[in-house]
Amino acid sequence: MTKPLKLAVDRMKALDIKNLQKTYQGGVVALKGIDLSVEEGDFFALLGPNGAGKTTTIGIITSLVNKTSGSVSVFGHDLEVESEIAKTFIGVVPQEFNFNIFERVIDIIINQAGYYGIPRKRAADNAERYLTQLGLWDKRNQQAIELSGGMKRRLMIARSLVHEPKMLILDEPTAGVDIELRRSMWKFLKDINHQGVTIILTTHYLEEAESLCRGIAIIDKGSIIAHTTVKQLLARLNSESFIFDLKHPLTKAPHLVGVNTLLLDELSLEISFPKSVNLNHIFEELSKQNIEVNSMRNKTNRLEELFIRLVNHA
Amino acid sequence: MRNFNLNLVGLYTLVRRECMRFMRIWTQTLLPSMISMALYFLIFGNLMGNRIGTMDGFHYIEYIAPGLIMMSIITNSYANVVSSFFFAKFQRNIEEMIVSPLSIYTLLWGLLLGGLARGITVGLLVTLVSLFFTRLTITHMDITILVVLLTSLLFSLGGLINAIFAKSFDDINIVPTFVLTPLTYLGGVFYSLDLLPKFWQWVTHLNPIFYMVNAFRYGMLGQSDLDIHTALGVILGFIVVLYLICIWLLKKGTGIKT
Repeated sequence: MTKPLKLAVDRMKALDIKNLQKTYQGGVVALKGIDLSVEEGDFFALLGPNGAGKTTTIGIITSLVNKTSGSVSVFGHDLEVESEIAKTFIGVVPQEFNFNIFERVIDIIINQAGYYGIPRKRAADNAERYLTQLGLWDKRNQQAIELSGGMKRRLMIARSLVHEPKMLILDEPTAGVDIELRRSMWKFLKDINHQGVTIILTTHYLEEAESLCRGIAIIDKGSIIAHTTVKQLLARLNSESFIFDLKHPLTKAPHLVGVNTLLLDELSLEISFPKSVNLNHIFEELSKQNIEVNSMRNKTNRLEELFIRLVNHA
Repeated sequence: MRNFNLNLVGLYTLVRRECMRFMRIWTQTLLPSMISMALYFLIFGNLMGNRIGTMDGFHYIEYIAPGLIMMSIITNSYANVVSSFFFAKFQRNIEEMIVSPLSIYTLLWGLLLGGLARGITVGLLVTLVSLFFTRLTITHMDITILVVLLTSLLFSLGGLINAIFAKSFDDINIVPTFVLTPLTYLGGVFYSLDLLPKFWQWVTHLNPIFYMVNAFRYGMLGQSDLDIHTALGVILGFIVVLYLICIWLLKKGTGIKT
């Protein structure tokens, strides 16, 4: 019974951006009137090459950048008209470290809660909870300068959550973070999302978007060029490419029926084929020509391929 | 009401953080003024002061004590806000406050009260130091307290404006070195206006610090180069103007938003 009921209720938009424009002093146009909406509870990726307008968009949502025109509303509250209430819904983890490195970890967290009007006792409880979850509770009395890079990033995540926001925005949270930490951050973010927090992240790692996110938008040169779900976006891919590692060297690419082949080096053969062709057919063709295969792998991350195609088209 | 409570907790957080900041680095914030004032009292007050004799009927050391205390309050209030705000910009932790729902008035008063706290703390410490060298009398307690609060507030505002425009560490030193220090020395801390030629007496009246030093001296010694109401009026006028400038700059986001 619960499912139909949930579907019947029109889900609230966590974020609703309309015709947002930003022209910086000096005339650089960073956003050319974008529309973007993120549903409550979504795990949303905002992708785009460097300088596409991702950080400007996030800057405007978090009040760090003044918009030129357009509107932003957070859970139905206009950021300009009802700024205070809209801001309490947002937690933000910026790209670069932006805390006072001489302050103690615990003070950074508790003070941040104070700026959201949370009394110190409750702030201390929240700080303990999030610092423990992020493995920083032992470091609480250290100055932030003493933390490692990964710990600093986790500190910023704890700080962004201390006022218990309904929407968490992360600007390239895993840039420059080692694989182990990246995986543990993914797990943490998934858990937070399961608890009902809407998450929006910008990332360069397309693998990250593919494995974490449901909704996705691609921004390029200040415009949104795709705004859909990750699944639907991937469905647009109508061909696949694999690289086959060969047992015996070849001198030229073989001709296989119905597929394109390219010899990368004498032991690596790239095969591209439409989705209508299945892998069995390819192996049959290879066997016919006595080509033995040791192993095979995906040429690139699928989303990455699509991303590059979209950005180049735009 | 929710709005009010939020900003009240926010204000308390800001003031507490400001106070903890200057207490944490007390050797840079509290101690230097105590040492330099002790040297002023020792050299200008005791050693040279005995030869100078009296100024407007007071022992020289008694005459300069209010001015020196005022000088500490001015420089420390200014320094607290300018460095706290500039460092927050430099390290970008100002963003912690901008993303939050705090109103700009709360942010402003948090910084100003931090400046007041340091100005008053140093003022009290320097007053204690002066007691080793001279006897202090306070003729008008109410005026003395009022002038301390207003002066500290005024220079906290000044420090904030400096920090808003500052782009480098040099920028936060230029004003104190090239404006504040000369104005303080020429503001009648060490001499009575009568000693100057008429023209320079007139020029001195353009110096805001002259009004503060004299208002404070009036509070302590009961003596001043000018009418106390004029002095208070001028100080209040400056406060109103700088306060409005600060609000305008913060609303616009100058130096903090793009």
